[in-house]
Amino acid sequence: MDFTLKIWRQEHAKAKGGFKTYPLKDVSPEMSFLEMLDYLNMQLIEGGDVPVTFEHDCREGICGTCGLYINGRPHGPMRNTTTCELHMREFTDGETIVIEPWRASAFPVIKDLAVDRSSFERIMHAGGFISTNTGCAPEANSSPISKHISDKAFDAAACIGCGACVAACKNSSAMLFAAAKIAQYAMIPQGKVEGKERVDQMVQQMDAEGFGFCSNTYGCEFDCPKGISVDFIALMNREFFSAKVCSQKRQ
Amino acid sequence: MALAGIFLMLFLVFHLATNLLMLAGDGGAAFGNAVEFLTTNPAVKIMEYVLFAGFLIHILLGVALQWQNYRARPVKYHKALKTETSRFSRFMFHTGVIIFIFLVIHLVNFFFVKLGWVSIPGEAGEVADRYDFFGMAEVMFSNAWYVAGYILAFVFLGFHLKHAFQSSFQSLGLNHTRYTPAIKVIGTIYALAISVGFSVIPLYFYFIH
Repeated sequence: MDFTLKIWRQEHAKAKGGFKTYPLKDVSPEMSFLEMLDYLNMQLIEGGDVPVTFEHDCREGICGTCGLYINGRPHGPMRNTTTCELHMREFTDGETIVIEPWRASAFPVIKDLAVDRSSFERIMHAGGFISTNTGCAPEANSSPISKHISDKAFDAAACIGCGACVAACKNSSAMLFAAAKIAQYAMIPQGKVEGKERVDQMVQQMDAEGFGFCSNTYGCEFDCPKGISVDFIALMNREFFSAKVCSQKRQ
Repeated sequence: MALAGIFLMLFLVFHLATNLLMLAGDGGAAFGNAVEFLTTNPAVKIMEYVLFAGFLIHILLGVALQWQNYRARPVKYHKALKTETSRFSRFMFHTGVIIFIFLVIHLVNFFFVKLGWVSIPGEAGEVADRYDFFGMAEVMFSNAWYVAGYILAFVFLGFHLKHAFQSSFQSLGLNHTRYTPAIKVIGTIYALAISVGFSVIPLYFYFIH
């Protein structure tokens, strides 16, 4: 397969970027999208050019490191698929593929297609954890959880923090990410203990990072590679109101 | 945003119910009685201020929201987002601006006349006094362009409400596997009812009355 790649190139965070066009021949339809970029980079290196910087790690759709805006869709044209799991057979021979980095003020470009997503890390630091003593595994039956609830909590925990929700949102809002991270704890007894502080602090941090506000367009759900539901956003909103109204005044 | 929106949605129902009295075929007698009650009752007077506050909060929050959302993506995408989300939801600010323009014209044409800030429309004697909204409607809705503009504004309001209704429930966290589908259906019916209900009035005055 032959493609024309139109890729965003930006030397560093402060540099002015722009698109560069690369014709790429003899691409195997079995290649993953990232393998196709590796193949391009090999040719660039051999030709003495600077290879395209893009993020990748596990290449099996679980780490959330990869994330490219491909032809107007975060993670490309397939639903519920990360960039690394996208294959070139999903494109047509001779197609022009436009590849851009995630665009959001909270995700500044580091180089080319790599963006700084440490804003997500800071949201997690603000409350995306449970405080518990280490030691032996506790007796499982001491915390009964219904199968339905544990399944729902696990659905929320499927979020890999790739940032596609922000990239897909017309407002660059991080509500789906924050909601998934809050919901995975809010539904289970272990997470309920710090529930009110968690939602309050994580939402505060999300706002401080400069993400946009949610207007319930649900583009995030449409482009989430893990199919996280916007129902979790409603759950987070419920938790947030409850925290604002019912939480104790801090000393 | 959602709370102010819900308040305004309730107001629209009340406003429509009052306006539909104009279609009673009694020369505006029933509507006149309603207007008299609404312009003289002190509780309504207080609610008028609450209503203005509701509008103001909703508009200011809408502008602030749009501004922050604009700032959140300083570099736009080269390829526009290909998404299958509802068009109604993507153009809330745009429909909001159209509704705001309509609101200003609407206030100048009716509310400001009541306050005496704007002179009574039409020829002398066509409108009895500055509380004769039925007479004002007769004058205004005899103009085809005014009727067309009025209906167009309500089409956009319908688009706005189609998303707004279910969105307000989501924003307040009122989401439930059993009830949310029903809320979406009710929202569509509500948006359609408001849009059609308000549009029937100018058509009645232009073609029938």
